[in-house]
Amino acid sequence: MNAQRSEKLTFALLLAATIIVVLPVLVIIGIVIKNGVGAITWEFISTAPRDGMRAGGILPAIVGTFCLMIGAMLFAVPLGVFSAIYLNEYAGDNLLTRLIRLAIINLAGVPSVVYGLFGLGVFVMFFKFGTSILAGAMTLSIMNLPVIITASREALSNVPQSFREVSLSLGATRWQTIRHVVLPNALPGILTGIILEVGRAGGETAPILFTVAAFSLPFLPHSVFDQCMALPTHLYAISTQVPNIGLDVRYATAMVLLAVVLIVNFFSIMLRMRLRRRRQW
Amino acid sequence: MRTTTTPLQRIWEFFVEKLIFLSGFTAIIFVVLLFLFLLKEGLAVFKTVSPQEFIAGKSWYPISKPPQFGILPLILGSLAVTIGAAAIAVPFGVASAVYIAEVAPPRLKEYLKVGIELIAAIPSVVIGFIGMVALAPIVANVFDLPTGLTALSASLMLALMAMPTTVSIAEDAISGVPREYKEAALALGATHWQAIYRVILRAAAPGILAAVMLGIGRVIGETMAVMMITGNSAQIPHTLLQPVRTLTATIAAEMGETMRGSPHYTALFAIGIVLFLITFIVNFTADLFLRRAEARR
Repeated sequence: MNAQRSEKLTFALLLAATIIVVLPVLVIIGIVIKNGVGAITWEFISTAPRDGMRAGGILPAIVGTFCLMIGAMLFAVPLGVFSAIYLNEYAGDNLLTRLIRLAIINLAGVPSVVYGLFGLGVFVMFFKFGTSILAGAMTLSIMNLPVIITASREALSNVPQSFREVSLSLGATRWQTIRHVVLPNALPGILTGIILEVGRAGGETAPILFTVAAFSLPFLPHSVFDQCMALPTHLYAISTQVPNIGLDVRYATAMVLLAVVLIVNFFSIMLRMRLRRRRQW
Repeated sequence: MRTTTTPLQRIWEFFVEKLIFLSGFTAIIFVVLLFLFLLKEGLAVFKTVSPQEFIAGKSWYPISKPPQFGILPLILGSLAVTIGAAAIAVPFGVASAVYIAEVAPPRLKEYLKVGIELIAAIPSVVIGFIGMVALAPIVANVFDLPTGLTALSASLMLALMAMPTTVSIAEDAISGVPREYKEAALALGATHWQAIYRVILRAAAPGILAAVMLGIGRVIGETMAVMMITGNSAQIPHTLLQPVRTLTATIAAEMGETMRGSPHYTALFAIGIVLFLITFIVNFTADLFLRRAEARR
Protein backbone atom coordinates (compact mmCIF):
# COMPACT_ATOMS: atom_id res chain seq x y z
CA MET A 1 0.00 0.00 0.00
CA ASN A 2 1.45 3.37 -0.90
CA ALA A 3 1.70 6.32 1.42
CA GLN A 4 -1.26 8.24 -0.05
CA ARG A 5 -3.63 5.31 0.28
CA SER A 6 -2.58 4.45 3.79
CA GLU A 7 -3.05 8.11 4.68
CA LYS A 8 -6.61 8.04 3.38
CA LEU A 9 -7.33 4.90 5.37
CA THR A 10 -5.83 6.36 8.55
CA PHE A 11 -7.83 9.56 8.25
CA ALA A 12 -10.99 7.52 7.76
CA LEU A 13 -10.19 5.60 10.94
CA LEU A 14 -9.55 8.84 12.84
CA LEU A 15 -12.90 10.18 11.67
CA ALA A 16 -14.58 6.95 12.80
CA ALA A 17 -12.96 7.29 16.25
CA THR A 18 -14.16 10.89 16.52
CA ILE A 19 -17.68 9.89 15.61
CA ILE A 20 -17.60 7.13 18.24
CA VAL A 21 -16.57 9.78 20.79
CA VAL A 22 -19.26 12.33 19.90
CA LEU A 23 -22.15 10.03 19.01
CA PRO A 24 -22.93 8.65 22.53
CA VAL A 25 -23.77 12.10 23.83
CA LEU A 26 -26.39 12.54 21.12
CA VAL A 27 -27.71 9.04 21.83
CA ILE A 28 -27.98 9.85 25.55
CA ILE A 29 -29.86 13.08 24.90
CA GLY A 30 -32.07 11.25 22.40
CA ILE A 31 -32.91 8.43 24.84
CA VAL A 32 -33.76 10.88 27.62
CA ILE A 33 -36.05 12.95 25.40
CA LYS A 34 -37.75 9.97 23.76
CA ASN A 35 -38.58 8.28 27.07
CA GLY A 36 -39.18 11.37 29.14
CA VAL A 37 -41.22 13.68 27.01
CA GLY A 38 -44.43 11.68 27.49
CA ALA A 39 -44.47 12.22 31.26
CA ILE A 40 -43.86 15.95 31.09
CA THR A 41 -47.09 17.73 31.86
CA TRP A 42 -47.89 21.12 33.31
CA GLU A 43 -48.66 19.39 36.59
CA PHE A 44 -45.24 17.70 36.56
CA ILE A 45 -43.30 20.96 36.43
CA SER A 46 -45.65 23.10 38.50
CA THR A 47 -46.59 21.05 41.57
CA ALA A 48 -44.85 19.40 44.50
CA PRO A 49 -44.35 15.64 44.79
CA ARG A 50 -47.04 13.56 46.54
CA ASP A 51 -47.32 9.97 47.81
CA GLY A 52 -43.62 9.54 48.62
CA MET A 53 -42.60 11.09 45.28
CA ARG A 54 -44.66 8.62 43.24
CA ALA A 55 -47.17 11.24 42.15
CA GLY A 56 -47.28 14.97 41.62
CA GLY A 57 -44.48 17.03 40.18
CA ILE A 58 -40.98 18.29 40.78
CA LEU A 59 -41.47 22.04 41.25
CA PRO A 60 -39.54 22.24 44.57
CA ALA A 61 -36.57 20.54 42.92
CA ILE A 62 -36.60 22.98 40.00
CA VAL A 63 -36.83 25.98 42.34
CA GLY A 64 -34.11 24.53 44.56
CA THR A 65 -31.75 24.04 41.63
CA PHE A 66 -32.24 27.66 40.51
CA CYS A 67 -31.62 28.90 44.07
CA LEU A 68 -28.38 26.92 44.22
CA MET A 69 -27.19 28.14 40.81
CA ILE A 70 -27.82 31.78 41.73
CA GLY A 71 -26.42 31.38 45.24
CA ALA A 72 -23.23 29.72 44.02
CA MET A 73 -22.61 32.55 41.56
CA LEU A 74 -23.19 35.27 44.19
CA PHE A 75 -20.05 34.04 45.97
CA ALA A 76 -17.98 32.64 43.13
CA VAL A 77 -18.28 35.44 40.56
CA PRO A 78 -16.91 38.43 42.54
CA LEU A 79 -14.21 36.29 44.15
CA GLY A 80 -13.24 34.61 40.89
CA VAL A 81 -13.19 37.76 38.76
CA PHE A 82 -11.22 39.74 41.36
CA SER A 83 -8.78 36.89 41.68
CA ALA A 84 -8.34 36.85 37.91
CA ILE A 85 -7.78 40.63 37.89
CA TYR A 86 -5.05 40.18 40.47
CA LEU A 87 -3.36 37.41 38.51
CA ASN A 88 -3.53 39.14 35.15
CA GLU A 89 -3.18 42.82 36.01
CA TYR A 90 -1.17 43.00 39.22
CA ALA A 91 0.81 39.83 39.87
CA GLY A 92 4.35 39.46 38.58
CA ASP A 93 5.88 36.22 37.40
CA ASN A 94 7.21 34.98 40.72
CA LEU A 95 7.01 32.03 43.09
CA LEU A 96 3.78 33.28 44.66
CA THR A 97 2.02 33.49 41.29
CA ARG A 98 3.20 30.02 40.46
CA LEU A 99 1.85 28.76 43.78
CA ILE A 100 -1.53 30.37 43.07
CA ARG A 101 -1.55 28.75 39.65
CA LEU A 102 -0.78 25.39 41.20
CA ALA A 103 -3.55 25.88 43.76
CA ILE A 104 -6.06 26.68 41.01
CA ILE A 105 -5.08 23.57 39.04
CA ASN A 106 -5.34 21.48 42.17
CA LEU A 107 -8.75 22.93 43.13
CA ALA A 108 -10.02 22.15 39.64
CA GLY A 109 -8.98 18.52 40.07
CA VAL A 110 -10.41 17.85 43.53
CA PRO A 111 -13.22 15.26 43.23
CA SER A 112 -16.68 16.70 43.67
CA VAL A 113 -17.47 14.40 46.57
CA VAL A 114 -14.45 15.76 48.46
CA TYR A 115 -15.98 19.24 48.07
CA GLY A 116 -19.06 17.67 49.58
CA LEU A 117 -17.02 16.56 52.61
CA PHE A 118 -15.48 20.00 52.91
CA GLY A 119 -18.87 21.69 52.71
CA LEU A 120 -20.23 19.34 55.35
CA GLY A 121 -17.28 19.95 57.67
CA VAL A 122 -16.95 23.71 57.18
CA PHE A 123 -20.30 25.22 56.27
CA VAL A 124 -22.81 22.75 57.72
CA MET A 125 -20.98 22.05 60.98
CA PHE A 126 -18.22 24.57 61.68
CA PHE A 127 -20.20 27.67 60.68
CA LYS A 128 -23.42 25.96 61.81
CA PHE A 129 -25.39 26.80 58.67
CA GLY A 130 -26.98 23.36 58.94
CA THR A 131 -27.95 21.48 55.79
CA SER A 132 -29.19 24.51 53.91
CA ILE A 133 -29.20 26.35 50.61
CA LEU A 134 -26.49 28.61 52.00
CA ALA A 135 -24.14 25.72 52.84
CA GLY A 136 -24.73 24.10 49.45
CA ALA A 137 -24.29 27.31 47.48
CA MET A 138 -21.02 28.07 49.29
CA THR A 139 -19.75 24.55 48.60
CA LEU A 140 -20.66 24.80 44.91
CA SER A 141 -19.09 28.25 44.66
CA ILE A 142 -15.69 27.01 45.84
CA MET A 143 -15.93 24.22 43.32
CA ASN A 144 -16.75 26.69 40.55
CA LEU A 145 -13.99 29.07 41.49
CA PRO A 146 -11.06 27.58 39.53
CA VAL A 147 -12.90 27.59 36.20
CA ILE A 148 -14.20 31.14 36.70
CA ILE A 149 -10.70 32.35 37.57
CA THR A 150 -9.12 30.59 34.60
CA ALA A 151 -11.75 31.75 32.09
CA SER A 152 -11.74 35.35 33.39
CA ARG A 153 -7.97 35.47 33.36
CA GLU A 154 -7.89 34.32 29.78
CA ALA A 155 -10.49 36.92 28.81
CA LEU A 156 -8.45 39.64 30.53
CA SER A 157 -5.21 38.56 28.91
CA ASN A 158 -6.88 38.71 25.49
CA VAL A 159 -7.40 42.47 25.87
CA PRO A 160 -4.51 44.01 23.93
CA GLN A 161 -1.75 45.64 25.98
CA SER A 162 -2.04 48.81 23.87
CA PHE A 163 -5.53 49.47 25.30
CA ARG A 164 -4.01 49.69 28.78
CA GLU A 165 -1.12 51.83 27.59
CA VAL A 166 -3.42 54.36 25.96
CA SER A 167 -5.57 54.64 29.07
CA LEU A 168 -2.57 55.00 31.38
CA SER A 169 -0.96 57.57 29.12
CA LEU A 170 -4.14 59.67 29.35
CA GLY A 171 -3.56 59.89 33.09
CA ALA A 172 -5.94 57.21 34.29
CA THR A 173 -4.86 55.23 37.32
CA ARG A 174 -4.36 51.51 37.22
CA TRP A 175 -7.76 50.73 38.73
CA GLN A 176 -9.51 53.24 36.46
CA THR A 177 -7.87 51.55 33.49
CA ILE A 178 -9.05 48.15 34.64
CA ARG A 179 -12.54 49.37 35.50
CA HIS A 180 -13.22 51.44 32.36
CA VAL A 181 -11.04 49.85 29.68
CA VAL A 182 -9.96 46.31 30.46
CA LEU A 183 -13.09 44.92 32.15
CA PRO A 184 -15.63 46.13 29.54
CA ASN A 185 -13.53 44.59 26.78
CA ALA A 186 -13.07 41.32 28.66
CA LEU A 187 -16.69 41.11 29.81
CA PRO A 188 -18.10 38.79 27.12
CA GLY A 189 -15.26 36.33 27.65
CA ILE A 190 -15.73 36.44 31.41
CA LEU A 191 -19.48 35.91 31.00
CA THR A 192 -18.88 32.85 28.84
CA GLY A 193 -16.92 31.21 31.64
CA ILE A 194 -19.46 32.21 34.26
CA ILE A 195 -22.45 30.87 32.35
CA LEU A 196 -20.65 27.59 31.77
CA GLU A 197 -20.20 27.25 35.52
CA VAL A 198 -23.85 28.13 36.20
CA GLY A 199 -24.75 25.04 34.20
CA ARG A 200 -22.25 22.95 36.08
CA ALA A 201 -23.56 24.18 39.44
CA GLY A 202 -27.05 23.16 38.37
CA GLY A 203 -26.01 19.64 37.46
CA GLU A 204 -23.69 18.72 40.32
CA THR A 205 -24.91 16.14 42.77
CA ALA A 206 -22.14 14.97 45.08
CA PRO A 207 -21.29 18.38 46.64
CA ILE A 208 -24.90 19.01 47.64
CA LEU A 209 -25.70 15.48 48.75
CA PHE A 210 -24.83 16.17 52.39
CA THR A 211 -24.96 19.97 52.40
CA VAL A 212 -28.42 20.92 51.09
CA ALA A 213 -30.34 17.97 50.01
CA ALA A 214 -33.70 17.29 51.40
CA PHE A 215 -34.82 13.88 50.27
CA SER A 216 -38.40 14.94 49.72
CA LEU A 217 -39.74 18.29 50.74
CA PRO A 218 -43.12 19.09 49.29
CA PHE A 219 -42.86 22.84 49.75
CA LEU A 220 -40.64 25.63 48.52
CA PRO A 221 -37.72 27.06 50.53
CA HIS A 222 -38.36 30.35 52.36
CA SER A 223 -34.87 31.37 53.43
CA VAL A 224 -31.26 30.51 52.68
CA PHE A 225 -31.15 28.50 55.90
CA ASP A 226 -33.83 26.13 54.65
CA GLN A 227 -33.13 22.75 53.17
CA CYS A 228 -34.32 22.30 49.64
CA MET A 229 -34.73 19.70 46.96
CA ALA A 230 -32.63 19.88 43.81
CA LEU A 231 -33.04 18.22 40.43
CA PRO A 232 -29.83 16.13 40.45
CA THR A 233 -30.29 14.81 43.98
CA HIS A 234 -33.95 14.16 43.22
CA LEU A 235 -33.04 12.12 40.15
CA TYR A 236 -30.51 10.19 42.23
CA ALA A 237 -33.08 9.55 44.98
CA ILE A 238 -35.86 8.32 42.71
CA SER A 239 -33.42 6.19 40.70
CA THR A 240 -31.75 4.37 43.56
CA GLN A 241 -33.43 5.01 46.91
CA VAL A 242 -37.17 4.83 46.30
CA PRO A 243 -38.55 1.63 44.80
CA ASN A 244 -41.44 1.44 42.33
CA ILE A 245 -41.16 4.80 40.69
CA GLY A 246 -42.26 4.73 37.09
CA LEU A 247 -39.40 4.74 34.61
CA ASP A 248 -41.12 7.53 32.65
CA VAL A 249 -41.13 9.79 35.74
CA ARG A 250 -37.40 9.21 36.19
CA TYR A 251 -36.74 9.91 32.53
CA ALA A 252 -38.87 13.05 32.72
CA THR A 253 -36.88 14.30 35.73
CA ALA A 254 -33.64 13.61 33.86
CA MET A 255 -35.04 15.49 30.89
CA VAL A 256 -35.92 18.59 32.93
CA LEU A 257 -32.45 18.57 34.50
CA LEU A 258 -30.82 18.12 31.11
CA ALA A 259 -32.95 20.91 29.65
CA VAL A 260 -31.93 23.37 32.40
CA VAL A 261 -28.24 22.55 31.99
CA LEU A 262 -28.23 22.50 28.19
CA ILE A 263 -30.15 25.77 27.84
CA VAL A 264 -27.60 27.47 30.08
CA ASN A 265 -24.77 25.95 28.04
CA PHE A 266 -26.40 27.00 24.81
CA PHE A 267 -26.28 30.64 25.93
CA SER A 268 -22.60 30.27 26.72
CA ILE A 269 -21.80 28.81 23.31
CA MET A 270 -23.85 31.48 21.49
CA LEU A 271 -22.13 34.25 23.41
CA ARG A 272 -18.72 32.87 22.54
CA MET A 273 -19.54 32.54 18.85
CA ARG A 274 -20.79 36.14 18.72
CA LEU A 275 -17.70 37.25 20.56
CA ARG A 276 -15.40 35.49 18.13
CA ARG A 277 -17.11 37.09 15.16
CA ARG A 278 -17.05 40.58 16.65
CA ARG A 279 -13.49 40.78 17.83
CA GLN A 280 -11.27 42.64 15.40
CA TRP A 281 -8.05 43.23 17.29
CA MET B 1 -13.79 58.39 31.48
CA ARG B 2 -12.60 60.65 34.27
CA THR B 3 -8.89 61.13 34.39
CA THR B 4 -8.48 63.35 37.45
CA THR B 5 -8.66 61.75 40.86
CA THR B 6 -10.19 63.23 44.00
CA PRO B 7 -9.01 62.13 47.47
CA LEU B 8 -12.21 60.12 47.89
CA GLN B 9 -11.52 58.26 44.68
CA ARG B 10 -8.00 57.56 45.84
CA ILE B 11 -9.26 56.05 49.09
CA TRP B 12 -11.82 54.00 47.18
CA GLU B 13 -9.12 52.81 44.83
CA PHE B 14 -6.90 51.86 47.75
CA PHE B 15 -9.60 49.60 49.17
CA VAL B 16 -10.52 48.07 45.84
CA GLU B 17 -6.90 47.18 45.16
CA LYS B 18 -6.51 45.66 48.61
CA LEU B 19 -9.62 43.59 47.93
CA ILE B 20 -8.14 42.46 44.62
CA PHE B 21 -4.90 41.42 46.31
CA LEU B 22 -6.84 39.46 48.90
CA SER B 23 -8.96 37.74 46.26
CA GLY B 24 -5.80 36.74 44.45
CA PHE B 25 -4.95 34.39 47.26
CA THR B 26 -8.35 32.71 47.61
CA ALA B 27 -7.30 29.69 45.58
CA ILE B 28 -4.34 29.02 47.89
CA ILE B 29 -6.46 29.67 50.97
CA PHE B 30 -9.14 27.21 49.87
CA VAL B 31 -6.69 24.46 48.93
CA VAL B 32 -4.97 24.75 52.29
CA LEU B 33 -8.29 24.95 54.18
CA LEU B 34 -9.62 21.96 52.27
CA PHE B 35 -6.61 19.83 53.09
CA LEU B 36 -6.43 20.92 56.75
CA PHE B 37 -10.11 20.21 57.24
CA LEU B 38 -9.82 16.75 55.73
CA LEU B 39 -6.83 16.09 58.00
CA LYS B 40 -8.62 17.42 61.07
CA GLU B 41 -11.66 15.21 60.58
CA GLY B 42 -9.94 12.25 58.93
CA LEU B 43 -6.75 11.57 60.88
CA ALA B 44 -8.77 10.52 63.93
CA VAL B 45 -9.50 7.26 62.15
CA PHE B 46 -6.01 6.10 63.09
CA LYS B 47 -7.15 5.88 66.69
CA THR B 48 -9.27 2.94 65.49
CA VAL B 49 -7.06 1.36 62.82
CA SER B 50 -3.37 1.55 61.99
CA PRO B 51 -2.43 3.30 58.74
CA GLN B 52 -1.31 -0.04 57.36
CA GLU B 53 -4.60 -1.76 58.18
CA PHE B 54 -6.44 1.18 56.63
CA ILE B 55 -4.61 1.20 53.31
CA ALA B 56 -3.94 -2.52 52.91
CA GLY B 57 -6.87 -4.02 54.86
CA LYS B 58 -8.95 -6.31 52.69
CA SER B 59 -12.32 -5.79 54.34
CA TRP B 60 -14.52 -2.73 54.38
CA TYR B 61 -17.29 -3.51 56.88
CA PRO B 62 -17.89 -0.14 58.49
CA ILE B 63 -21.03 -1.06 60.41
CA SER B 64 -20.22 -4.56 61.60
CA LYS B 65 -19.02 -5.03 65.19
CA PRO B 66 -16.14 -4.47 65.46
CA PRO B 67 -16.06 -2.35 62.30
CA GLN B 68 -13.37 -3.03 59.71
CA PHE B 69 -11.96 -0.12 57.75
CA GLY B 70 -9.70 -1.65 55.12
CA ILE B 71 -9.90 0.39 51.93
CA LEU B 72 -7.91 -1.93 49.66
CA PRO B 73 -11.07 -3.22 47.90
CA LEU B 74 -12.13 0.38 47.31
CA ILE B 75 -8.73 1.40 45.97
CA LEU B 76 -8.74 -1.62 43.65
CA GLY B 77 -12.32 -0.82 42.64
CA SER B 78 -11.30 2.71 41.68
CA LEU B 79 -8.25 1.30 39.90
CA ALA B 80 -10.33 -1.22 37.94
CA VAL B 81 -12.81 1.32 36.56
CA THR B 82 -9.98 3.79 35.92
CA ILE B 83 -7.89 1.31 33.94
CA GLY B 84 -10.97 0.19 32.03
CA ALA B 85 -11.94 3.77 31.22
CA ALA B 86 -8.39 4.77 30.28
CA ALA B 87 -8.04 1.77 27.94
CA ILE B 88 -10.98 3.14 25.97
CA ALA B 89 -10.53 6.87 26.46
CA VAL B 90 -6.83 7.17 25.59
CA PRO B 91 -6.83 5.72 22.05
CA PHE B 92 -10.19 7.23 21.09
CA GLY B 93 -9.46 10.57 22.77
CA VAL B 94 -6.06 11.01 21.13
CA ALA B 95 -7.39 9.89 17.74
CA SER B 96 -10.22 12.45 17.97
CA ALA B 97 -7.79 15.15 19.03
CA VAL B 98 -5.59 14.42 16.00
CA TYR B 99 -8.58 14.42 13.69
CA ILE B 100 -10.02 17.66 15.08
CA ALA B 101 -6.68 19.49 15.20
CA GLU B 102 -5.15 18.33 11.91
CA VAL B 103 -7.63 16.73 9.55
CA ALA B 104 -11.16 18.06 10.00
CA PRO B 105 -12.34 20.86 7.68
CA PRO B 106 -12.93 24.13 9.63
CA ARG B 107 -16.72 23.86 9.71
CA LEU B 108 -16.81 20.25 10.85
CA LYS B 109 -14.15 21.11 13.40
CA GLU B 110 -16.46 23.66 15.05
CA TYR B 111 -19.33 21.17 15.23
CA LEU B 112 -17.12 18.43 16.64
CA LYS B 113 -15.76 20.77 19.31
CA VAL B 114 -19.28 21.76 20.37
CA GLY B 115 -20.17 18.05 20.45
CA ILE B 116 -17.22 17.30 22.72
CA GLU B 117 -18.17 20.20 25.01
CA LEU B 118 -21.71 18.90 25.15
CA ILE B 119 -20.40 15.75 26.84
CA ALA B 120 -18.96 17.90 29.63
CA ALA B 121 -22.31 19.63 30.04
CA ILE B 122 -24.28 16.48 30.81
CA PRO B 123 -24.58 16.09 34.61
CA SER B 124 -22.91 12.96 35.94
CA VAL B 125 -26.13 11.89 37.65
CA VAL B 126 -27.81 11.77 34.22
CA ILE B 127 -24.94 9.69 32.83
CA GLY B 128 -25.28 7.42 35.85
CA PHE B 129 -29.02 7.12 35.31
CA ILE B 130 -28.64 6.24 31.64
CA GLY B 131 -25.87 3.78 32.51
CA MET B 132 -28.20 2.13 35.00
CA VAL B 133 -31.35 1.86 32.91
CA ALA B 134 -30.01 1.70 29.35
CA LEU B 135 -26.39 0.46 29.32
CA ALA B 136 -26.33 -2.05 32.19
CA PRO B 137 -29.05 -4.32 30.70
CA ILE B 138 -27.11 -4.41 27.42
CA VAL B 139 -23.87 -5.34 29.21
CA ALA B 140 -25.69 -8.04 31.20
CA ASN B 141 -27.11 -9.42 27.98
CA VAL B 142 -23.92 -9.42 25.94
CA PHE B 143 -21.78 -11.08 28.61
CA ASP B 144 -24.62 -13.19 30.03
CA LEU B 145 -24.29 -11.79 33.56
CA PRO B 146 -26.82 -11.72 36.41
CA THR B 147 -26.38 -7.93 36.61
CA GLY B 148 -24.98 -5.37 34.24
CA LEU B 149 -23.95 -3.08 37.10
CA THR B 150 -20.27 -3.88 36.76
CA ALA B 151 -16.86 -2.24 36.52
CA LEU B 152 -17.09 -2.58 32.74
CA SER B 153 -20.34 -0.58 32.44
CA ALA B 154 -18.85 2.12 34.65
CA SER B 155 -15.64 2.13 32.58
CA LEU B 156 -17.61 2.69 29.38
CA MET B 157 -19.48 5.68 30.82
CA LEU B 158 -16.36 7.07 32.51
CA ALA B 159 -14.43 6.85 29.26
CA LEU B 160 -17.09 9.11 27.78
CA MET B 161 -16.78 11.52 30.70
CA ALA B 162 -13.00 11.70 30.34
CA MET B 163 -13.32 12.77 26.69
CA PRO B 164 -13.91 16.52 27.05
CA THR B 165 -10.77 16.96 29.15
CA THR B 166 -8.59 14.57 27.18
CA VAL B 167 -9.64 15.68 23.70
CA SER B 168 -9.56 19.43 24.30
CA ILE B 169 -6.15 19.48 26.02
CA ALA B 170 -4.60 17.04 23.53
CA GLU B 171 -6.02 19.11 20.70
CA ASP B 172 -4.47 22.26 22.18
CA ALA B 173 -1.14 20.45 22.41
CA ILE B 174 -1.30 19.32 18.78
CA SER B 175 -2.45 22.73 17.48
CA GLY B 176 0.35 24.34 19.48
CA VAL B 177 3.14 22.57 17.61
CA PRO B 178 4.99 25.23 15.60
CA ARG B 179 3.88 25.39 12.01
CA GLU B 180 7.44 25.20 10.71
CA TYR B 181 7.78 21.62 11.98
CA LYS B 182 4.95 20.47 9.79
CA GLU B 183 6.02 22.57 6.83
CA ALA B 184 9.55 21.22 7.02
CA ALA B 185 8.27 17.65 7.06
CA LEU B 186 5.95 18.31 4.11
CA ALA B 187 8.73 20.04 2.20
CA LEU B 188 10.88 16.95 2.62
CA GLY B 189 8.20 14.96 0.83
CA ALA B 190 6.30 13.46 3.76
CA THR B 191 2.57 12.95 3.39
CA HIS B 192 0.30 14.80 5.82
CA TRP B 193 -0.14 11.64 7.89
CA GLN B 194 3.59 10.98 7.96
CA ALA B 195 4.11 14.53 9.17
CA ILE B 196 1.50 14.04 11.89
CA TYR B 197 2.80 10.69 13.01
CA ARG B 198 6.55 11.27 12.80
CA VAL B 199 6.79 14.96 13.68
CA ILE B 200 3.70 16.59 15.15
CA LEU B 201 2.70 13.83 17.57
CA ARG B 202 6.25 13.59 18.85
CA ALA B 203 6.51 17.32 19.40
CA ALA B 204 3.13 17.36 21.13
CA ALA B 205 3.86 14.31 23.30
CA PRO B 206 4.22 16.08 26.69
CA GLY B 207 0.93 17.92 26.17
CA ILE B 208 -0.84 14.73 25.09
CA LEU B 209 0.52 12.95 28.16
CA ALA B 210 -0.84 15.76 30.32
CA ALA B 211 -4.21 15.44 28.57
CA VAL B 212 -4.31 11.73 29.31
CA MET B 213 -3.39 12.28 32.96
CA LEU B 214 -5.99 14.99 33.47
CA GLY B 215 -8.61 12.74 31.87
CA ILE B 216 -7.63 9.98 34.29
CA GLY B 217 -7.78 12.43 37.18
CA ARG B 218 -11.34 13.23 36.16
CA VAL B 219 -12.20 9.51 36.11
CA ILE B 220 -10.73 8.83 39.56
CA GLY B 221 -12.75 11.68 41.05
CA GLU B 222 -16.03 10.90 39.36
CA THR B 223 -18.67 10.06 41.94
CA MET B 224 -22.33 9.92 40.94
CA ALA B 225 -22.00 7.94 37.73
CA VAL B 226 -19.82 5.27 39.35
CA MET B 227 -22.05 5.12 42.39
CA MET B 228 -25.05 4.35 40.20
CA ILE B 229 -23.39 2.00 37.69
CA THR B 230 -20.70 -0.05 39.51
CA GLY B 231 -23.12 -2.09 41.60
CA ASN B 232 -21.42 -0.87 44.80
CA SER B 233 -20.06 -4.08 46.19
CA ALA B 234 -16.91 -3.61 48.25
CA GLN B 235 -15.04 -6.70 47.12
CA ILE B 236 -11.62 -7.08 45.55
CA PRO B 237 -12.32 -7.28 41.81
CA HIS B 238 -10.86 -10.05 39.66
CA THR B 239 -12.42 -9.12 36.34
CA LEU B 240 -14.10 -6.06 34.92
CA LEU B 241 -17.35 -8.01 34.72
CA GLN B 242 -17.83 -7.82 38.47
CA PRO B 243 -19.59 -5.23 40.61
CA VAL B 244 -17.06 -3.03 42.40
CA ARG B 245 -17.11 -0.03 44.67
CA THR B 246 -14.90 3.02 44.32
CA LEU B 247 -13.39 5.39 46.89
CA THR B 248 -15.64 8.26 45.79
CA ALA B 249 -18.85 6.22 45.78
CA THR B 250 -18.15 4.95 49.29
CA ILE B 251 -18.03 8.49 50.67
CA ALA B 252 -21.14 9.59 48.82
CA ALA B 253 -23.16 6.48 49.68
CA GLU B 254 -22.27 6.24 53.36
CA MET B 255 -21.77 9.79 54.62
CA GLY B 256 -25.50 10.31 55.07
CA GLU B 257 -25.76 7.50 57.61
CA THR B 258 -22.83 8.30 59.87
CA MET B 259 -22.71 10.11 63.19
CA ARG B 260 -20.35 13.03 63.43
CA GLY B 261 -17.05 12.01 65.03
CA SER B 262 -17.77 8.27 64.88
CA PRO B 263 -14.99 6.02 63.53
CA HIS B 264 -17.04 5.50 60.36
CA TYR B 265 -17.32 9.27 59.83
CA THR B 266 -13.59 9.78 60.31
CA ALA B 267 -12.83 6.84 58.02
CA LEU B 268 -14.82 8.50 55.21
CA PHE B 269 -12.87 11.74 55.69
CA ALA B 270 -9.67 9.68 55.62
CA ILE B 271 -10.77 8.31 52.23
CA GLY B 272 -11.22 11.97 51.27
CA ILE B 273 -7.56 12.57 52.21
CA VAL B 274 -6.50 9.64 50.02
CA LEU B 275 -8.52 11.01 47.09
CA PHE B 276 -7.18 14.51 47.59
CA LEU B 277 -3.59 13.23 47.54
CA ILE B 278 -4.14 11.06 44.45
CA THR B 279 -5.72 13.86 42.44
CA PHE B 280 -3.10 16.33 43.69
CA ILE B 281 -0.29 14.11 42.40
CA VAL B 282 -2.06 13.49 39.09
CA ASN B 283 -2.74 17.19 38.48
CA PHE B 284 0.67 18.29 39.65
CA THR B 285 2.42 15.85 37.29
CA ALA B 286 0.14 16.80 34.41
CA ASP B 287 0.99 20.44 35.02
CA LEU B 288 4.72 19.65 34.93
CA PHE B 289 4.23 18.08 31.50
CA LEU B 290 2.20 21.06 30.31
CA ARG B 291 4.91 23.48 31.44
CA ARG B 292 7.51 21.40 29.66
CA ALA B 293 5.38 21.52 26.53
CA GLU B 294 5.12 25.29 26.86
CA ALA B 295 8.84 25.72 27.44
CA ARG B 296 9.63 23.77 24.28
CA ARG B 297 7.86 26.27 22.08
